Amino acid sequence: MLGYYFDLAIRSLKRSPGLTALMILIVGFGVAASMTSYSVFRAVSGDPIPWKSSRLFVPQIDMWGPKGRLDATNNNDPPDAMDYLDATALMRDHRGKYQSAMYRVSPSIVPPDAHMHPINVGGHAVYSEFFAMLDVPFKYGSAWAADSDAQRAAVVVINAKLNQKLFGGNNSVGKTLDIDGKDYRIVGVLDNWTPKPVYYDVVNTGGFTADQEDVFLPFTRAIDVDMQNDGNTNCSEIPKGSGFVGLQQSSCVWISYMVELDDKAAVSSYKNYLDGYFNDQKASGRFNWPLNNRLRDLPAWLESEHVVPSDTKISLVVALGLLIACLVNTAGLLLAKFLRRSSEIGVRRALGAPRMAIYTQFLVEAGTVGLTGGVLGLLLTWIGIHGISWVLPKEIASLARVDLNLLALTLAVAIIATMLAGLYPTFRASRVQPALQLKTN
Amino acid sequence: MQIGPVLAALRHHKAGTLLIAAQIALTLAIVCNALFIVQARLARLSQPSGIDEASLLVIGNEWAGKPNADQMASLTAADLDTLRRVPGVANVYATNAYPLGNGGNVMGVGHSPEKLKYVTSAATYYSDENTLSTLGLKLVEGRNFRADEIGLLDGKGYMRPAVIIITRALAMQMFPHESAIGKPVYISASPSMVIGVVDRLRTPWVDNSMAKWADCSTLVPYRQLTPITHYVVRVQPGQLDEVRQHVRAALYAANRMRVISPKDGVRSFAQVREEAYRDDRGMAILMSGISVVLLLVTGAGIVGLSSFWVGQRRKQIGVRRALGATQHDILSYFLTENLLIAVAGVVMGGVLAIGLNLWLMKQFEMDRLGAGYVLAGVAALLLLGQAAVLAPALRASRVSPVEATRSV
Repeated sequence: MLGYYFDLAIRSLKRSPGLTALMILIVGFGVAASMTSYSVFRAVSGDPIPWKSSRLFVPQIDMWGPKGRLDATNNNDPPDAMDYLDATALMRDHRGKYQSAMYRVSPSIVPPDAHMHPINVGGHAVYSEFFAMLDVPFKYGSAWAADSDAQRAAVVVINAKLNQKLFGGNNSVGKTLDIDGKDYRIVGVLDNWTPKPVYYDVVNTGGFTADQEDVFLPFTRAIDVDMQNDGNTNCSEIPKGSGFVGLQQSSCVWISYMVELDDKAAVSSYKNYLDGYFNDQKASGRFNWPLNNRLRDLPAWLESEHVVPSDTKISLVVALGLLIACLVNTAGLLLAKFLRRSSEIGVRRALGAPRMAIYTQFLVEAGTVGLTGGVLGLLLTWIGIHGISWVLPKEIASLARVDLNLLALTLAVAIIATMLAGLYPTFRASRVQPALQLKTN
Repeated sequence: MQIGPVLAALRHHKAGTLLIAAQIALTLAIVCNALFIVQARLARLSQPSGIDEASLLVIGNEWAGKPNADQMASLTAADLDTLRRVPGVANVYATNAYPLGNGGNVMGVGHSPEKLKYVTSAATYYSDENTLSTLGLKLVEGRNFRADEIGLLDGKGYMRPAVIIITRALAMQMFPHESAIGKPVYISASPSMVIGVVDRLRTPWVDNSMAKWADCSTLVPYRQLTPITHYVVRVQPGQLDEVRQHVRAALYAANRMRVISPKDGVRSFAQVREEAYRDDRGMAILMSGISVVLLLVTGAGIVGLSSFWVGQRRKQIGVRRALGATQHDILSYFLTENLLIAVAGVVMGGVLAIGLNLWLMKQFEMDRLGAGYVLAGVAALLLLGQAAVLAPALRASRVSPVEATRSV
């Protein structure tokens, strides 16, 4: 029966090609606009490490106190980064399963090939546990050992792209690399690890950035050789000492911190530890304000840092509005189309067709419009995703992908939405009084 | 035209009437807000930077191999010398940041060294005696830096400028009722005397969150000795492309232990401006595009539904024509009908537009939608409705009276 209704639908749609084309175009545009913005939104709001995000935590300590709240909108939140003193104290106490303090660096590298100009790279100074904590995939070699942190060893982990550029993609473990004029031994090459957003340090990268993460070297080593931070530095007072050492002695915040806690007990005991740390500092006279720490898991942290750009959200809202407007429109057109066939419905009903049959027939017709609109929508979505880099920031637009899920969703949205739009017109069609229609004819 | 019969007829088409009105309401709400966003972005795009942007080049240089402060001082001095000798270069200076460059330092500026009691945030540009003429800044009061006032700032050292040049916007905030010249301001732990006021100089950032103090900038007499430096170069008129092709090679020839990105190491200021406002321009295009599609869709929907109504009522139209109604009567019947529906739609839409704006304000820190936008949107949608219904209405007016006698 469905096949027959489908056949009827095609015939009916062919009878008024203008109206049909209009409906298909409207559904197609509405679906494509909303799916294109959804694909961008999905790309930027997705969980960057879904298998582990609920076990990764960012501690915040209120080292500035209430007078340091410069921004009234942040709900009395403590600073979102750490000063050197607290970050290293937390590392020393080592209360999580894995943890790492980290800061962004941007050193220059003199390539081993003497014909190449020096290049500028980006990266992070981290502790050895960073790699295990974030399940960072290695192509060659591995992370440096924990004692390299303590020894401030001149070792480095490089990303696949830099390895390709400098060593042609070959195994470069054991080779040396000149970073900021000093030799570092390569211990590991990453397997093209480019998480978006850069969730482990959104404070210093902004989350979505076009900057590459080429090198990772020991935090202790970077401090030792005076490798300056290339990110945000926020100060509530001007540091007393000068230079990078002065920054380390100040209450300025510039270090990100992440810790892995595997179960509820670990979380609550870490929370207690963090509160205890604050109270100890308070007792020693460093703070004179009440406890105000935070320990957010990764999803909550990304939310509180507003990592998803508001333009992406606004685009999604406006595009969804466009889709709703298109559906209201389609509903109007379907209503016109269905009611024009009142006499046909009257004949069918008079010949014994139950209301259910009328429902099915017209919903199939609406679904057919939806399917065709959906196919057009797919095409337009594909064009939209490839053209979106033209209007949205490149580092965000380039994350939008067409995949099977998106294809299926686009078609489903088109069909379901059109059938929803067709629901009232179908209801009206099924209410047509057979006697009345037969009489007027 | 009598409204009564039109209303009576509409009562028989409740659903269609409601759908068109809803469509108009939604369109008005979305288009008003989208165009409001477009306007806000375009307004940002057209804000002046305060500098003479033509014939400016910006070079991003990073020293390789970590030279120490003394070496960097002489390397930078040598670079400035090299750049001056490139044919076509008019002037040059080294700095940490430049307007619209999206990177730099922010300092709280206030009347006391207490950082948390600052009056406003302001951008800090490290400058020398060539900065004003290179950027083409207009000094409205006071004087320029002298060469002997320019200090060297080691690495992440903290400046304590004895003298400072500020923008007029900053001067107005600090000293609303008097001239700022000769007055102390605190940007560091010790006071800095204002020696000059420039007309306007934008901060490096275009973000909305920093828009409040977008014109609050300071020039401080320092050359910063960090690995990353920017050279701002003024070129003789008409020689921009030529100089641009030569500077990179000239600098590498002088010293190859450096990084000047092949991709964006040397940029004209036009490029700087374009990249700074890329996102805003993109958002403006996107929102305009959605508005146009939405208006087209709504127009098409009205045409479609009105055509159906005309088709459905051919017989009634024929009867009216047979009873003496003129073509004009029929035409104005359909125009009035559409106008009534559209008015209902825009009333709902106006409320919806303000509601959507309030929600956007709460979620995304947007500004309040001006009444002008809603009124303009109302006018546009009423016109769109009339234009869309015109063709079906004209077709209706041409229905012959003889239709009255035909069945169906």
